[in-house]
Amino acid sequence: MNKLLKNAIWVLLVILGASAVGGIAFNRGEKINALWFITAALCVYAIAYRFYAAWIAATVLIVDDTRATPAERLDNDRDFVPTNRWIVFGHHFAAIAGPGPLVGPTLAAQFGYLPGTLWILFGAVLGGCVQDMVTLFLSTRRDAKSLGQMARDELGALGGTAALIGTFAIMIILIAVLGLVVVNAMKHSPWATFTVSATIPIAMIVGVYMRHFRPGQVLEGSLIGVILLLLSVAGGRFIDEHETLRILFDHEGLTLAWWVMAYGFAAAILPVWLLLAPRDYLSTYMKLGTITLLAVAIIMLQPDVKMPAITQFIDGTGPIFGGKLFPFVFITIACGAISGFHALIASGTTPKLLSNERDIRMIGYGGMLLESFVAIMAMIAATVLDPGVFFAINSPAGVVGADAVDAVAKISSWGYPVSIEQMQNLARQMGEATLFARTGGAPSLAVGMASIFGSAFGEGMLSLWYHFAIMFEAIFILTTLDAGTRVGRFMMQDMLGNIWPKMGETSWMPSVILTSAVVVSGWGYFLYIGVIDPNGGVNILWPLFGIANQMLAAIALCVATGILIKSGKLKYAWVTGLPLAWLVTITSTAAWQKITSDDIRIGFFSAANDLTDKLATGVLPQAKAGIAPQLIFNLHLDAWLTLFFVSLLWLIVFDMLRVCFLYLSGKPVLPLTESPHSPSRLVEDWVRD
Amino acid sequence: MSEKIKTLWRLVRRLSGDDAYEQYLKNYARHHQADAFHESHPPLSKAAFFKQWQDEKWNGIKRCC
Repeated sequence: MNKLLKNAIWVLLVILGASAVGGIAFNRGEKINALWFITAALCVYAIAYRFYAAWIAATVLIVDDTRATPAERLDNDRDFVPTNRWIVFGHHFAAIAGPGPLVGPTLAAQFGYLPGTLWILFGAVLGGCVQDMVTLFLSTRRDAKSLGQMARDELGALGGTAALIGTFAIMIILIAVLGLVVVNAMKHSPWATFTVSATIPIAMIVGVYMRHFRPGQVLEGSLIGVILLLLSVAGGRFIDEHETLRILFDHEGLTLAWWVMAYGFAAAILPVWLLLAPRDYLSTYMKLGTITLLAVAIIMLQPDVKMPAITQFIDGTGPIFGGKLFPFVFITIACGAISGFHALIASGTTPKLLSNERDIRMIGYGGMLLESFVAIMAMIAATVLDPGVFFAINSPAGVVGADAVDAVAKISSWGYPVSIEQMQNLARQMGEATLFARTGGAPSLAVGMASIFGSAFGEGMLSLWYHFAIMFEAIFILTTLDAGTRVGRFMMQDMLGNIWPKMGETSWMPSVILTSAVVVSGWGYFLYIGVIDPNGGVNILWPLFGIANQMLAAIALCVATGILIKSGKLKYAWVTGLPLAWLVTITSTAAWQKITSDDIRIGFFSAANDLTDKLATGVLPQAKAGIAPQLIFNLHLDAWLTLFFVSLLWLIVFDMLRVCFLYLSGKPVLPLTESPHSPSRLVEDWVRD
Repeated sequence: MSEKIKTLWRLVRRLSGDDAYEQYLKNYARHHQADAFHESHPPLSKAAFFKQWQDEKWNGIKRCC
């Protein structure tokens, strides 16, 4: 009877989920309630977790709860520590969820709400969650080795090197594009600039408090920090209204970009306890708190989604980034659907805490489901705006014109009516001078969040909510920027250490300064070009980031597929093989189009040639002619970079296929490096919870 | 109810690392029980432990996009 009831509940869930997904997919009316999105997401997640993830764990991976994990076997009270599963889940989620799932869906909303939503849901349950879970499993069976090491051990030197290069490349491009998002949010906004800058001294105060004043009192320090952060949001209004103070914080994008670079350099050489660690505490609390608040507000308020299901921009003429629905929606939304970066956390970091293999499904698969849910909420926050307003905020001046009159005329002509008064009113409500051409996703998401929070918790505080949302995004973008620059620095010191051992010493100041400077100039270059590019920079940088991130995911899936086949599980290889094939298809198609397309908004070379011709015939306005040579050089560089990424990807795929072919035809291959079975002695109560 | 709040509070402390030192002392005691050696190696002080814990936590790729 009990079983019958359970089955009946699952059948009901399937019906509810199918009707919610169907409702979203086939609605062609004026608007649709956001609750449908939440329902569809929760049903899809529940069904996938209960059936697909459970099947993978039991049949494909064959997790063994009697087997001791690395955390138990290598327990050293320091990094290897068997830990309660909820705690591991919390750490894992805090590590994987960054600003990516907020920015990608917002940009992809230019295609309408449907393509992005479907990709977030099904990409996650069939791709991203599988990648995270399988990588976590493989690393757990291999003494918590990193993805790069596993690639080297199981496939060969090529895979390992590729993973290393891929990680470094993603880091550089990711930081540049995130820096650009922050710069576009702070541009000529004294309030936002003040609040974002205030996060730096606040983090330092918290850092000193935790290290010297009250060592180890993490919660006390964080509480002080959170209070100071909220005060800085409110204090920004005072700065904004103060005539002389506001000038201090009112800057051009380029000036802000130089400041962000200076900050990144300082953060990479300062000790972690002073800036990076305390900032991370603050951003983790802000992230968890705000996401929960957003979920509560959406459920309470049940806002209507006003964006159409599909816009005409699926034909590739979108204002935010050029390119057709296929493959660009899949490139634009990486985090939230499938993110290669997660494989770096799921290998190496999380397995060192895992106390039992049984929890791999919950932590690997479940953690990614939650991140996917964050992406769904970002999609809702972007699409509850009037489409006209959404496009006015996100379209760069190079596409719709720098003048407000031109911009509203152009956007209204697409069928998304918007007026200057409407934009001015909105800007005034949000406490900003203007909201036009704030490309990058953060401002439109902040407007969306502010209007949701405003309606749910008090309309009068819209400008506070807006700047709260900006601060919330900026604080963990800057955390990623700090952490990424530092990781880049370590990787570089490691590589240089092979040539000159002294360079490999992470505390030798000349090496620290040199490598930090190299890493910062790497992303600083792309950030600089992104800021001076009149088409907004996001148009170029975000697809590049997407391609790099999907490439890393493909590397992780190659390692996983290779190991599955080498373990004699050929008939289950499709579990990772199909997502891999899909990723290779979209990454290669996107790269091919970015390199060869004749459309100057898609093809790097055609844009470069177009600019060269215009420069030669002298039709460019003075200002643009000055920067044209730099833009042309950058377009060439981007094209070669894309080519490099996609060649690397194919090399790894062929290497994996070579290993599988050798194995299947009975020839010798590198042996499996799984550590031998040793029985677990941990009883549930012994686990440190 | 108060039991639930206590559990939640423990969870928050554990997740944030607020009780990391207490955990360390507990594990230290357990691991070194049968070991006379620990007389000459007393456990780290709270400040020293926190330093080590924080530096280790940030060694490597710890944050994602």
